[in-house]
Amino acid sequence: MTTTAPDIGKAAKPAKAKRGGGVMGSTGLYIATGIAALLFLIPFYLIVRNALMTDPEITGETWKWFPTSIQWGNITEPFDDVTVDFAQSLWNSVVVAVLHTAGILLICSMAGYGLARIPYKHANKVFYAVLVTLMVPTAVTFVPSFVLVSSLGWVDSYRGLIIPGLFSGFTCFLFRQYFLGFPKELEEAARVDGLGYWGAYWRIVVPNSLNFFAAIATITFINGWNAFLWPLVIGQDPSAWTVQVALSSYMTNQTVNYHLIFMATAISILPLIFVFLFLQRWLVQGIAQTGIKG
Amino acid sequence: MSTTTTRGVAQPAPAKVSQPRPRRGLRASSTFNFWLFTGPFLIGLVIFVFVPIGWSIWLSFFEARFTVTPSEFVGFDNYKQILTDTNFRNSLVTFTVFAAFIVPATWALSLGLALLVNRLRFMRAFFRSVFFLPTAVSYVAAALIWKMSIFNGVRFGLANTVLGWFGVDNIAWLANPDPPWYWLVIVTVRLWLQSGFYMILFIAALQNIPRELYEAASIDGAKPGWQTFRHITLPQLRATSTAVILLLLVAAYQAFDEFFNLLGKATWGQPPLVELYKMALGQNQNYGAGSAGAVVLTLLICVVTLLQGKIMGFGRGEESK
Repeated sequence: MTTTAPDIGKAAKPAKAKRGGGVMGSTGLYIATGIAALLFLIPFYLIVRNALMTDPEITGETWKWFPTSIQWGNITEPFDDVTVDFAQSLWNSVVVAVLHTAGILLICSMAGYGLARIPYKHANKVFYAVLVTLMVPTAVTFVPSFVLVSSLGWVDSYRGLIIPGLFSGFTCFLFRQYFLGFPKELEEAARVDGLGYWGAYWRIVVPNSLNFFAAIATITFINGWNAFLWPLVIGQDPSAWTVQVALSSYMTNQTVNYHLIFMATAISILPLIFVFLFLQRWLVQGIAQTGIKG
Repeated sequence: MSTTTTRGVAQPAPAKVSQPRPRRGLRASSTFNFWLFTGPFLIGLVIFVFVPIGWSIWLSFFEARFTVTPSEFVGFDNYKQILTDTNFRNSLVTFTVFAAFIVPATWALSLGLALLVNRLRFMRAFFRSVFFLPTAVSYVAAALIWKMSIFNGVRFGLANTVLGWFGVDNIAWLANPDPPWYWLVIVTVRLWLQSGFYMILFIAALQNIPRELYEAASIDGAKPGWQTFRHITLPQLRATSTAVILLLLVAAYQAFDEFFNLLGKATWGQPPLVELYKMALGQNQNYGAGSAGAVVLTLLICVVTLLQGKIMGFGRGEESK
């Protein structure tokens, strides 16, 4: 899982020897890093602690670092709760995040390829139209977008949750930049063999770009799963809530049920931790790439 | 997924191959293909980005409450209303204060973490993952942990528990604007969530610094540590730093999730997007004024981005000297 290029790891060593920190220096380094790491882990620890405790233990007079007995029964509580349909909201999030990711990959990668590779006399004008949208963050246009989507009758629907978010100028731009750097020879060989743009794209370009697609997919999925403002605006009816909106509703509820809320939070984070741990390689790659190019 | 093989195919250095000239008749086909590939995206872009922006500008000149098909033209009244609205003006102040804290703090923390992680010899991947892990957590979930557990204003909140050990009374972190402890809550939650992300950018940039620079510096007698950091690392990171600061500023402008969830109905500390949300989708559903606010914010962001671009441009010029 080491994403940092191996030669860089080696390169750092001689420099370190010269720094002359020796054993003391590196111990200090590890202590500092360790303390920082502990601070970063505290919120995760709190989620697990609170999710597996009873409310009297959480709210007790004395602080307890660990539950006296682990309340595994808490796991089903968010699903049994009648005030918020947690299972439905989880399902909505799964549908929205998956379709959001698939749609963005398909639509933005094709557009990026068209802009990067297919000669057309107005291609530059089209590209500028895409660049202009980078200046207007979608978070600011939620009022007019809501107006539009509600006049289409898409409020409280998967269409309303997913479709308006598919046309990301930024993702299209990233794909364009990536395809500009894609070796032309491969496509040309395919073209000589009689494949059109369409065939070359699907049979040559996409299969050879899976790393980049995986990087963009990981970032897009995380953003889709964690999105809040748009799902809040569109999900007027609780049946259309995503898991983020459901979590938010817990905070405004009159009755506070600590272990239930934290169990729900834990469940909402878990899928992403999995995505994160398995796809970290691509995630890091994608961020490094977007950071450099963005 | 056979990533290694695909990589191998994608890697070969592009040798110069004479391009086959597009034959006559291919023109039409490439125009068709251009629209085939970009058409779906462009149609969506027009419908879901350009139309809302245009509609927003149009609506901002009309009286539009509870309706999106208004009839009464009011000129700049909505703009007057929003710019004299104390809540909206306060939200711009809130944004400024927020940006003044969060941008330098995130910059420093993410750079610091990158420097730490980059110097580690063992367990580098482990520590990088730990700092990066919060990237997976949503603002809503993080706000929940901060509000309900760490900075809970009651006795069993973690912060109050720790303060209690030193005999400090409970602090109502979010329930009271005076003293403004809520800033600590808001800034720390975002620091925790986003620092790991920018740390990755800095690590990537640190690894791109040519090692010869450090060797040359040590031959010239530069002491490792502060001196090399000040005179080599920091200037080499300039492009990344400016990009990071720009991204942080825009992200701060768009702050919504944690404010909305941490402060709820509080009247203090609300950023622009929350005010717009309340105005357009709250009880009054004032789309006209909400749209005017969106236009004002968009213009502000454009100005900030352009200014920053200019500064970035200057930065590059200096670097190449």
